[in-house]
Amino acid sequence: MGDTLTRSTDVRPWLSQKLFMGLPPGAYVRSLVTPGNILAALILAVGVPILIYRFVYGLGAVTNLSQTTPWGLWIGFDMLAGIALAAGGYTIASAVYIFGLKEYRPIVRPAVLTGFLGYLFAVIALLADLGQPWRIPYPIVYSAGPTSVMFEVGWCVFLYTTVLFIEFTPALFEWLGLRTLRRYAVQLTLSATVFGVVLSTLHQSSLGALFLMTPTKLHPLWYSSFIPLYFFISSIAAGLSMVILETALAHRLFRDQLDPSRHVDIDALILGLAKAASVVLFTYIFVQLQGLADGGDWALLLTAYGGWYVFEVGGLAAVPCFLFAHAARTASAPLARIAAALTVLGIILNRLNVSVVAMNWNASERYVPSWMEIVVSVTIVTMGLLTYRWIVSRMPVLREHPDYADAH
Amino acid sequence: MNLSRRTFFKVATVVGATGLAGGRLEAAPQRMAGAAQRSMLVDTTRCIGCRSCEVACAEANVLPDPALEAPIEVRRVTDPEAFTVVNAYQPRGADGPRFVKTQCNHCVEPGCASACPVRALEKTASGPVVYHEDRCIGCRYCMLACPFEIPKYEYHKAVPYVRKCEFCADRQAKGLAPACASVCPSGALQVGTRAELIEEARRRIYQNDGRYVPHIYGEHEVGGTSWLYLSDVPFEDIGLRTDLGVRGFAELTQASLAAVPLVMMLWPPFLMALYTFSRRRETTAAAPAGEEASHG
Repeated sequence: MGDTLTRSTDVRPWLSQKLFMGLPPGAYVRSLVTPGNILAALILAVGVPILIYRFVYGLGAVTNLSQTTPWGLWIGFDMLAGIALAAGGYTIASAVYIFGLKEYRPIVRPAVLTGFLGYLFAVIALLADLGQPWRIPYPIVYSAGPTSVMFEVGWCVFLYTTVLFIEFTPALFEWLGLRTLRRYAVQLTLSATVFGVVLSTLHQSSLGALFLMTPTKLHPLWYSSFIPLYFFISSIAAGLSMVILETALAHRLFRDQLDPSRHVDIDALILGLAKAASVVLFTYIFVQLQGLADGGDWALLLTAYGGWYVFEVGGLAAVPCFLFAHAARTASAPLARIAAALTVLGIILNRLNVSVVAMNWNASERYVPSWMEIVVSVTIVTMGLLTYRWIVSRMPVLREHPDYADAH
Repeated sequence: MNLSRRTFFKVATVVGATGLAGGRLEAAPQRMAGAAQRSMLVDTTRCIGCRSCEVACAEANVLPDPALEAPIEVRRVTDPEAFTVVNAYQPRGADGPRFVKTQCNHCVEPGCASACPVRALEKTASGPVVYHEDRCIGCRYCMLACPFEIPKYEYHKAVPYVRKCEFCADRQAKGLAPACASVCPSGALQVGTRAELIEEARRRIYQNDGRYVPHIYGEHEVGGTSWLYLSDVPFEDIGLRTDLGVRGFAELTQASLAAVPLVMMLWPPFLMALYTFSRRRETTAAAPAGEEASHG
């Protein structure tokens, strides 16, 4: 190892520049000792051994899953909520590359990166949840089950994660200085975006369609033949809200990444997204009401589950819908951020309600996730955030690469 | 037998109509779902709760001995090491307990098989819903999709599988009866084709003057099951859910899956049209003077 490093004179500066942020290795390691990193290290120190324990002793040793509750927090939060919140990738990419809303170009790359990492870590969480994760390619290469919605979701998530990676490669190639490859990757942008929208339409809705199989187990306020539509529309709202939060946070946390000479009016972008989110949430609430009427479920609103449903759809969809509209009218970016946070909470709650809380509502046995399940979920989110930061502080995501400025 | 004229006409009409339906059945066997499939009739009025079927099932499937020392009144469910269990129920107003055997009902349109992304669960043409463990990835969607909560998972194994009753598909292929039915001493379990057993169940209902609840559980439930139940007390009193509906579970996602090719065909041209519009708008907005000049 030491041999190869000394033999090639290029490697050491390359490593130092690309991986260690231009610092000597020792100084780079010392620069990592920050309160945030110590917290992340602690989380990983607990979470990773739990994951190992799970693979040695089985799901039952770590989770509270049971014969009546085969899907728990890892599916409800990591997979369902994770994929919905990663919808910013296709939402913003289609706005810029298909609808021609060029002003959002500065946030395409962070949105695509968040989307890619969201999918990647949702799949990693799925690997923890699957009984035999080493067989994850089976639906694609070994035994196709085309009557299954899960089969469709598997294909779409596999293809779309690849598409997101392709959409992100221009930033990767700029970082690596591979000009020719970058040019090819950029030429793929439009087709990748169109393909991405098709795949996202399919699997965002199909994640809801999974639950069409549970008419006798899922509470009627959440079970509806409209559930694929609920999932698809709410994923757009989730994607927009995540991009709003991410834009606001990233521009605060990674201020050093921003080139002051190329000033972007972040607040104006946030307000534009807020307007879109308001319209999308309004559509979502309207379709929810249609589902209520279709199922004749009005009387159930007066039950305890009804209260919970009103909290979810009223408190965490209708209220942010109004707040987004108000933020757009009064040009208040802080209000838009609050509405975005509420929407994100609302989508997470919705996915958890469908998959966990309102599932088996009539059964005597209730599922509550174990502390180890929660730690694993937190661990996977932490790994995602660390990866995001690692990439953003190296590759041209929030900033433009000086060699390629205006080269779009 | 107290038979009023009105009742006579009713029965005559029903029997006549059934006869006609039976006649048409010959011509078009598809009229009854899974008519030729191997099936089982469970007559709960005949079950004596001896649990011989549990023992035979454990032997045939190489499972641990069933927990026979546990009192039958303690409610049990199937698990990865017990594919069938017999429970005792004390229905209101009944003279004594009723014993009900639980196992996979081998639906005609099984939700589990339709939900499986790798066809690890498969409804065979002959009736049994079998499990190909070499395909299973462990997503456990079958468990969620089963209205009877039958597929059970080996949560405590590092290499886990789904376990459930396979209706002794291998024994039946050799012409043997399923293990449980081969040892039943009371005639509570009867093997046959689905059409034969529905006929037999109707015969028992008609010929025993009000003894049975006039309903064959599994004839229409969730689109029909290969295991059929008769009872002399309401089915909900013996632990069988009566709110499952008559729609086959395999149908539930059909409309959603049918939309997939539509989205794949219609979205790309629609999105490209939007793209073209946005490009046009951009070019006309960007260079109005140049456009005019070139036209001039």
